[in-house]
Amino acid sequence: MASSALRAPLSLRVLTKGFIIFWLILAAFPFIWTLWGSFKVELDFFSIADWTNALTGANTERTHGSPFTGAGYEGAWVQEEFWRSVINTFIVCFFVVCTSLTIGTLGGYALSRSGYRYTFWLLITALIFRAMPPITLVSGYLLPFFEWNVWGILPTTIIVLVAINQPFTLWMLHSFFQNIPKELDESAKVDGCTQFQAFRLVIVPVMWPGVITTGLFSFLLAYNDFAVTSMLLSESNRTMVPAIAAFLGTTQTEGNVMFAVAAVVSATAPLFVLVMFFQRQIVSGLTAGAVKG
Amino acid sequence: MKHRTFFWFFLPTGLAMLLFIAAPIVSVVIQSVTAQHEPVLITVETCTPFSCTEETTIDQEATRELREARPLGRFVGLDIYLDRGHLAVAEVAEAWRTSDSIGAFFSELGDLPFYRAIGFTLTYTFTVTPLLIILGMAIALAVNTLTQKLKGIVIFFSLLPMIVTPLVGSLIMFWMIDNRGVLGNFLSWLVNDPDLSVKASTPLMWIALIVYGVWHSAPFAFVVFYAGLQTLPEDQIEASQIDGATRWQQVRYIVVPHLMPLVTFVALIQLMDNFRVFEPIVGFNASAHATSLSWIIFNDMGGETRQLSAAAATSVLTILGVAILLSPVLVRTWRDFKGKM
Amino acid sequence: MYLKTLTTAGALAVLSATTALSCEISARVSIVGNEFPAIQTVGAGAQECSGAEVSTNLTADHQQINVAGMSGNPAEYTSAIIANSSIVALMNADVIRPLDDLVEAHGEGLNRNQLITINGQVMAVAFMANAQHLVYRADVLDQLGLDVPTTYEEMLAAAEAIREAGLMENPVGGAYAAGWNLAQEFNNMFIGYGGQFFEPGTAEPTVNSEAGVQALEMMRALSEYMNPDFLTHDSNATNAEYRAGNVALMNMWGSRAATLVTVDGVPQEVVDGFAIAGPMTVGGGDIPATTLWWDGWTVASNISDEEAEATFIAMMNGIRPEMMEDEDIRTQAVWLIPGYEPTPAAVGVFAAAEMGSVPYPMLPYMGLMHTALGAELTDFMQGNESAEQALADVEAAYRAAAREQGYLQ
Repeated sequence: MASSALRAPLSLRVLTKGFIIFWLILAAFPFIWTLWGSFKVELDFFSIADWTNALTGANTERTHGSPFTGAGYEGAWVQEEFWRSVINTFIVCFFVVCTSLTIGTLGGYALSRSGYRYTFWLLITALIFRAMPPITLVSGYLLPFFEWNVWGILPTTIIVLVAINQPFTLWMLHSFFQNIPKELDESAKVDGCTQFQAFRLVIVPVMWPGVITTGLFSFLLAYNDFAVTSMLLSESNRTMVPAIAAFLGTTQTEGNVMFAVAAVVSATAPLFVLVMFFQRQIVSGLTAGAVKG
Repeated sequence: MKHRTFFWFFLPTGLAMLLFIAAPIVSVVIQSVTAQHEPVLITVETCTPFSCTEETTIDQEATRELREARPLGRFVGLDIYLDRGHLAVAEVAEAWRTSDSIGAFFSELGDLPFYRAIGFTLTYTFTVTPLLIILGMAIALAVNTLTQKLKGIVIFFSLLPMIVTPLVGSLIMFWMIDNRGVLGNFLSWLVNDPDLSVKASTPLMWIALIVYGVWHSAPFAFVVFYAGLQTLPEDQIEASQIDGATRWQQVRYIVVPHLMPLVTFVALIQLMDNFRVFEPIVGFNASAHATSLSWIIFNDMGGETRQLSAAAATSVLTILGVAILLSPVLVRTWRDFKGKM
Repeated sequence: MYLKTLTTAGALAVLSATTALSCEISARVSIVGNEFPAIQTVGAGAQECSGAEVSTNLTADHQQINVAGMSGNPAEYTSAIIANSSIVALMNADVIRPLDDLVEAHGEGLNRNQLITINGQVMAVAFMANAQHLVYRADVLDQLGLDVPTTYEEMLAAAEAIREAGLMENPVGGAYAAGWNLAQEFNNMFIGYGGQFFEPGTAEPTVNSEAGVQALEMMRALSEYMNPDFLTHDSNATNAEYRAGNVALMNMWGSRAATLVTVDGVPQEVVDGFAIAGPMTVGGGDIPATTLWWDGWTVASNISDEEAEATFIAMMNGIRPEMMEDEDIRTQAVWLIPGYEPTPAAVGVFAAAEMGSVPYPMLPYMGLMHTALGAELTDFMQGNESAEQALADVEAAYRAAAREQGYLQ
């Protein structure tokens, strides 16, 4: 494609560049706007009185003596101890990704190597499972979890997130493994390996591109989840997203929206870093066939 | 692979799904055909900090006996599925009898919560899914023409809308489209109407939700298609160029067919996700203008008195809806699968 | 400096002495409740007890988990902090115990009116009150020579005058967000017009009545003076409008009055003009168009008697009268605790109680009605259907829900 791009007519090249710039603005503007606004006071951020306040920070200047203030960040991180939620989020994400990939690769590999009819039905069942709105699943968990005294703690949430995420993981890895030639592990088995040894010695070394990509999607799911974490974690074990929602306040009580905005920016920052480091892996993993439906 | 080996490989993931998805689904189905017992009501004196009044309450003793006799509740069959909050059979039949035109019938239907939700859910699903595929494809094709250096940074920014938490993303958008917010002001200026308010108008709110949906999901389509473009058959392209194919023809006859399996994959995932649209409705506070099946479940479970059976019935209907929606794709997968055997 | 240290140390000593004396417990205590500051204070007070662990889980989602968390045996939570709307869910599920003997043994110093008594049994101990009432801009009303409105009709007239004078485009604020908030505003107005939600003693709905239609018409008239986005404005957004100086008149929660103009960046004229008054009446009625609320705590039934006793003692420590000496705590709420001196921010709630406002109905099926109202009234507010049609829809939606729950056959 690169070679043909060189010969593209000027009009097309301008159009393409223009389109990309348009898309970049569309994609990035909300984040830049929120980042900018997070250093203002609430009245400027919402700029209900006059929208230019959001740019000039008139109310911020009057209160804090400068058009920028770190009050939102200080409130969220120091006063409300947002860092606790950050730690919880990373514990949850780490274990969700590890567990989900471990059991997902085993299952996905098995599905790709077995030709029996039930593999098809298992895949379809997994798909239907994915259709279930998480909010209903969660309401079903509450009673038994309280009964067994496992409600509110991180391990429970981790297992639930792993399970909810399994259908997608299975589908991704199943199609990825299908693109790894069967002959590889077949020949290993001929050499006297068991199926598991064949998997461990032959498949594991070549599976990383697909696994990393799938792992990133698992990570995103765990990182962004609201339905499960808000209902299954107690206040002291909260992850970031429910903590942000809590900053927003409720009907009869005051929220602190600027804490929420600062927390939103803080929660998005690690994702930036993540994408920066892994974007090549995402693409190469997908290229390696993880998405051939 | 032998059944036995397969079993051991599949056991951990199968067990996780069985315990945490299949079991709740079974309990949800049971819940949807049972309801709690008719509570025995009595009127008693109730005193609060402000006054004492006669109020109706539940006779706990009597109700407890009923509960202990049949702990699952009373079996109601499909009653809940058919009541006004769900399929509303009686109301639909009534509307059919009494309305003189199809238009009137549909406006009656729009008054029933389930059909109102279905109306928005389907509109959303069937506009957002094609639009995000087209947009994703366009971005992928455009990015692919860039030089290697530019690609990295463009891909990075392109992925942002996808990775941000849906609740947070929709909140940001909601703040921006306020009629005094930055986007709201821009729109007002664009159409030269200072009173324009996106949040006050149903059609504009629908458009805002759809735009948000496309914005949020297009990066997923983009990255999948972009990955697919990396494996484009170079030789076919060259051959077609020698045959004098135009740029458009190359895209039409080589690139798109090559990406077709990926389009199916993206469509499959996105149809499913869009059918369950929920976070944007909450984030946009849009329930006055647009509701979805997931929102109904949320609303049933969120009140002071939780309507678990109603929520369960809506959940089952959602699964059925997704199954119907995906059936063409499933049939195709089945054919592929049989072909492979 | 020396003096300051001394007094602090002295205060600490006194505090720990009283704690040690008054609060010694022998079994676990676990509290679930909402997260606003007044409840945080009560939770912290309970945690000062020694002898056994006192844990709290204070979160906005408490209503979703308290029934499940108290249903097990033994229950995860030994106490739930609830309001008059949400105690119903706990009573419906039969998970809280009568407190009469505990009040007898450890309840010295409680005011009689703190005891929530149902059918002669104490089911909860209330510690704070709340109500929606008028919040206005005194400077704006003064400028136009207007009196503080005491009825919604006067509010409409004042709003018209403010708009006429060009001071504000949308001078009325209201938490009319579709869902819980909108339904609550309807409840207020409906009660103000003398409406009855149900046929007495039954779960038969009677909102599709003259009072219902009048209430909706009044709400629509008010919405003409509101920001056009009113169906997305919850109380947070409504307060933001007030702070920005866009709103001069609104019906707002008393619990939020104290902090309304104390946050960063509120313009000086809004801070100076901030004033509160009692709730308004409507349609010539005597009963104000508002509802009274209390927040209180309960004790779970599926726990041992030792745990129940420990819970009661710890919760009593969380609402002990000495706390009312702290200025910060005093302004957090309209406390029902003995020794509480009302702060200026509490005027509205006290006025509401004195004017004979009615409490939010503690009926087992009121929650279903509230949900139905919140979902079905939006069509009317947007002008898509008549008031009668909207109310008929409310009744139909409510009936379906009540039939499912067994309140109607």
